[in-house]
Amino acid sequence: MTSPRVGVLGLQGDFQEHLATFRALGVEAVDVRRPDQLADVDALVIPGGESTTIGKLAERYGLIPAICDRARAGMPVWGTCAGAIFMAKDVPGHPHPILGLMDLSVERNAFGRQVDSFEADVQVLGMDGGPFHAVFIRAPRMSALGKGVEVLASLDDGSVVAAREGNLLATSFHPELTGDRRFHALFLSLGSQH
Amino acid sequence: MARMTSQNGSSGNGRAPGTTGTWTVKTGHAQMLKGGVIMDVVTVEHARIAEDAGACAVMALERVPADIRKEGGVARMSDPGLIEKIMAAVSIPVMAKARIGHFVEAQVLQAIGVDYIDESEVLTPADEAFHIAKHPFTVPFVCGARDLGEALRRINEGAAMIRSKGEAGTGNIVEAVRHIRAITQGITALGQLDESGLTDAAMDFRVPVDLVRDVAKNRRLPVVLFCAGGIATPADAALMMQLGAEGNFVGSGIFKSDDPARRAKAIVEATTHPNDPQLIAEVSRGLGEAMRGISLEAIPAGERLAARGW
Repeated sequence: MTSPRVGVLGLQGDFQEHLATFRALGVEAVDVRRPDQLADVDALVIPGGESTTIGKLAERYGLIPAICDRARAGMPVWGTCAGAIFMAKDVPGHPHPILGLMDLSVERNAFGRQVDSFEADVQVLGMDGGPFHAVFIRAPRMSALGKGVEVLASLDDGSVVAAREGNLLATSFHPELTGDRRFHALFLSLGSQH
Repeated sequence: MARMTSQNGSSGNGRAPGTTGTWTVKTGHAQMLKGGVIMDVVTVEHARIAEDAGACAVMALERVPADIRKEGGVARMSDPGLIEKIMAAVSIPVMAKARIGHFVEAQVLQAIGVDYIDESEVLTPADEAFHIAKHPFTVPFVCGARDLGEALRRINEGAAMIRSKGEAGTGNIVEAVRHIRAITQGITALGQLDESGLTDAAMDFRVPVDLVRDVAKNRRLPVVLFCAGGIATPADAALMMQLGAEGNFVGSGIFKSDDPARRAKAIVEATTHPNDPQLIAEVSRGLGEAMRGISLEAIPAGERLAARGW
């Protein structure tokens, strides 16, 4: 991905914060709300937001098969929090539309409600520059990781909070809220590997 | 369910493997609601309709503002049992209202674990001198504002999200438009000021000059800004987004209309695509009657909810 154009799903949530982070890295970034707009991007981020809302709107506009086709053809896709829920193969107790792309299970609100939202430092596999300060908001937790899924970060209690499967990346937390751009840079590097 | 209470007043369940109740997680939650619609609901059935329509959160209430207005009397925090039933019925965030200044209602709402507290002028104010000191709470607060000074006073007290007050329960968008314009024009005007002008503005607004400087520099509030108070149609919702709101609260406008499920979906879609008039036309077609609504002139000055708070 030499001069990539990154799309951020702009149906609902904090997509502006992702756009601003990519632009600060000197990367062109646009929001995507319709399936035809996917043709213009080389990678896609699914932001934080309400996973039920994002799933229902994505289904209404025919975005789910369109995103899955591109992802299976190798387009890098990264989901943060609600985005990670949307990407998982299995979301127990969540009878709403999902992409079902990543071979893992995601438990919604795994740490509790908003009063249990928290900040913590996490070590990220292969990331230089020390721990990543991570913000967890009504955050999900990943489990039942398939064979091709690599754990990138977990909490002291063993909860998996970042994982990668080939061109697919999922984080339970919100790198777009902290001003630390290393996760966005890591995502951009997925494109050059695929 | 019994909940642990920690020294900082947290009502969390103690499972969080990190620091809870920070400004970042409070304001960050509002970031996740952006581009979405928060709907007033009075029953479990309403809450399910709202979730199914794509609401990003619900506000659990005993009466919607239109009924509070009609029935009069003192309007208070809702029955915790009703709020808990709604929390159990949906997986999206659940907000609830406390009276202005009624910090014990807020403590109760935090104890049952609501996701956001609206310190709301729709309820009868409990304190005529002080709003709730919101920073010590773990749960975040949203507060109403009619102009920039009011928004900044609430943020200084710890509000992690601001909404226009509008005039709740009227189905009349005129006050919400007035308030959003006052806030955004206030921000633009701050951007033109030199240091001594910013100092004067801070005195005028009764907030620290650092907060005023931050708004002048970034040309935006340091927290998310939603619209509330009078949205009844998909076009109303899109209007507020185009005027600078980052999302919408809809109170009486949905469940006081002919076909709440369809109207709720239509308002969600118009909030997602505020710049797409074709789509707004499509979702507005044959929606049935909107809530009847009230003209502002028909409401005596003493019955206007937006005048509560300062």
